[in-house]
Amino acid sequence: MADAHLSVFRGTPETEGTFVPFDVPVEDGMVVLDALHWIQAHEAPDLAVRWNCKAAKCGSCSAEVNGKPSLTCKTRLSDFEEGETITVEPMRAFPLVRDLVTDVSWNYEVNKRIPPFQPPADQPQESWRWQQQDIERVQEFRKCIECFLCQDVCHVLRNHETERPFMGPRFLVRSAGLEMHPIDTADRTQHLKDEGGIGYCNITKCCTEVCPEHIKITDNAIIPLKERVADKYYDPIQVAWRKLRGDKTGEGDATDGPSTPPPILRGPTSGPASGDSD
Amino acid sequence: MNDAPERYPHDVLVIGAGGAGLRAAIEAAEKGASVGLVCKSLLGKAHTVMAEGGVAAALGHVAEKDSWQVHFRDTMVGGKLLNNPRMAEIHAKEAPDRVRELEAWGAVFDRTRDGRILQRPFGGHTHPRLAHVGDRTGLEMIRTLQDRAVAAGIAVYMECTITHLLARPDRVKGAFGYWRTSGRTVLFPAKSIVLATGGIGRAYEVTSNSWEYSGDGQALAYLAGAELMDMEFVQFHPTGMVWPPGVRGLLVTEAVRGEGGILRNKDGERFMWKYLPEDRRDEYAATDEEAKRWVEAQSEGRTTDARRPPELSTRDNVARAIYTEVREGRGSPHGGVFLDISYLPADHVRRKLPSMYEQFKELADVDITAGPMEVGPTTHYMMGGIRVDADTGATTRAGLYAVGEVSAGMHGANRLGGNSLSDLLVFGQRTGAAAAASAAEQAEVPYVDPQAVQVAARELAAPFEASAGDREDPHRFHEALQATMGTLVGIFRKEDDLDEAIRRLADLRARWPAIRIGGGRAYNPGWGLVYEVRNMLIVSEAIARSAKARRESRGAHSRLDFPDPDPAWSNQNVVARLATDAMDISTTPLPAMPDDLRQLISTESH
Repeated sequence: MADAHLSVFRGTPETEGTFVPFDVPVEDGMVVLDALHWIQAHEAPDLAVRWNCKAAKCGSCSAEVNGKPSLTCKTRLSDFEEGETITVEPMRAFPLVRDLVTDVSWNYEVNKRIPPFQPPADQPQESWRWQQQDIERVQEFRKCIECFLCQDVCHVLRNHETERPFMGPRFLVRSAGLEMHPIDTADRTQHLKDEGGIGYCNITKCCTEVCPEHIKITDNAIIPLKERVADKYYDPIQVAWRKLRGDKTGEGDATDGPSTPPPILRGPTSGPASGDSD
Repeated sequence: MNDAPERYPHDVLVIGAGGAGLRAAIEAAEKGASVGLVCKSLLGKAHTVMAEGGVAAALGHVAEKDSWQVHFRDTMVGGKLLNNPRMAEIHAKEAPDRVRELEAWGAVFDRTRDGRILQRPFGGHTHPRLAHVGDRTGLEMIRTLQDRAVAAGIAVYMECTITHLLARPDRVKGAFGYWRTSGRTVLFPAKSIVLATGGIGRAYEVTSNSWEYSGDGQALAYLAGAELMDMEFVQFHPTGMVWPPGVRGLLVTEAVRGEGGILRNKDGERFMWKYLPEDRRDEYAATDEEAKRWVEAQSEGRTTDARRPPELSTRDNVARAIYTEVREGRGSPHGGVFLDISYLPADHVRRKLPSMYEQFKELADVDITAGPMEVGPTTHYMMGGIRVDADTGATTRAGLYAVGEVSAGMHGANRLGGNSLSDLLVFGQRTGAAAAASAAEQAEVPYVDPQAVQVAARELAAPFEASAGDREDPHRFHEALQATMGTLVGIFRKEDDLDEAIRRLADLRARWPAIRIGGGRAYNPGWGLVYEVRNMLIVSEAIARSAKARRESRGAHSRLDFPDPDPAWSNQNVVARLATDAMDISTTPLPAMPDDLRQLISTESH
């Protein structure tokens, strides 16, 4: 079998990166991550690659292969034309650590701020009965392996490198999994509207296209959440009803788009990763 | 290089953030301890994420007559009675509460028709017992625990490798390592340390384990003076992928067999009929027809009087059967056997085994709803590990705890599928509580001798130093180690092979200090490998020496020169410990089993 021609990004935040060519001998069924491992074992032992399971279950080995956000453990060399150069570069939406590794700690900070699961206080667990058909949607969201490819492809996040007003598709999926949980009692609509910036999503579905778990992110998670937020904050009848009842939420919020920016979610800072990401 | 390390003191430091580490960290935090959780990778990527089939707990949702007593008996029988009986008892009793607790924390398990947690059958379990979410149960578990830990405000240190425990002269005092992203050093002084670093699979070439499984915790504990036990018991999972080469060893969940998967050799023979142990044959179906009735009942969620198919024998037995079929020339084209679930309706297979369907379609161009998979044994799980107290997870070293795969005792000579996820939860909770209680008795975070830290820092930096003599490459070194273990300490063992393995490992140990690497300290995988191969060398030596010591076959340990179980070994554990610069191997009697537990084992309760 002919060699595969890879062009792999190498660089650090301090240096200008370059693409380095490698010719890798191909075996049946090889994936891009196998090729990167071959390079580490034979040509560049210090090539930085983040990976764990090599089975598309952990979501660590995300990168851009020929410009497309991909799990390198799932991208087969046989998907490319023979002789075609396969370009591998780090995710663009996150600051570079080194070579193919980026600092994704921003995602973990966003995650921390989502109101956690809250079961009802007055319903003993022995009484919980959920039908399989009623939880399948939530199970779809919980398939997420946190590869952050949806975050990488999202142009709202790509266009806001520092002060990010938007939590991104991954955390809308997580929020949807909580919101649609059969017994969760927390209300995350305000969080989604303000900190989460759900209004910034203009449903281009790029996230759905790159999801390796085939989660219908836009249709099944984001749009229903947008509807919940709209019902609560922008539906004139509901707003009037809440005013009558003296409920303060929603007052004065019936504007188009997201309320003007509460960019509490600090975007990733460029420069070397601090490492101590607790 | 001489910079002082960053310093993060904690009451309880948990090393490893899979299911066991997370559960321990949550418990310690709930007990009021200041907890630090160190992960070698990003949070949520640990090996637990790969667990597929389910978590075993006698909830009795599918089979009402299931109970902790039956679960205990199955676990002990599966472990060839070499389990620590107290651990197996605690595990069987507490697993249901730990599973319900996950549900209360937000986990969404598959449901029975009446809306409760569904349970699926698995090898060696008398009743359908595994709570599950399709075939991605581990992901559900780790995400639930991760969310809980984050909500509890536990300090998480990601992409941080611990290379040294500081534990002299008496009690553990802290852990030393480096940030993988920057290469800077870090010190965690701690009153208690919990090791939850998982297994050792990377010592073998064909493994279902990720790169992280390099025996770190076992080696750190051993170097700190704690004892390792049962190291000869390495579980080879019967079904890993055998093709394509890049995914060789990748796990094919036992749930495929739990859902009705049939094993056949190249002649189409359903060979497992030949390999059922005589004394347990009456637990299995007698004919293809009976096995089929059992599968139909399972997929429709009905109870049945049909007995389970022969493919649901214990893992050690199925792995040996497949290995023997291949060795005797009845294997599939790529050196495995066939596993077929395609006779069931395609949409049922896709719903019950979604990630297997994807895995074969995307990685091997095989549609498992249309034809068979090719599978063969793969290094999967370490039954042995750090010797611990059954109730608390305390090691033989003060202040040092171990939990999950890194610990020993719970699974004896062979682990049943589904018992590891429950192990992580049950003993994670107990160990976290015990580590927090022990920390509460210490007035202050211990003083760590700066000289010991400097020594550790020098050792850590050594692979970058110029060297006058031969330079060893960490990748070639790792390949040599894997070749030794795979060929000489695999499924079937014999004395001269083990002697040869011990010789080769000694040679590697002598060459280890000569490993040198290029590049810088930031995210340098070659550097990480230097310490991982040190750890793998230690566990490999313990495996080979323990395997040599046990002159019988029992569970996962199969000796060609001693093919039968020996009653003299039936209550002996092999222990490895560091004695002035060399590994000392001894035996210790298994803790006695109280009469009430002993009776459970002799009762035919199925």
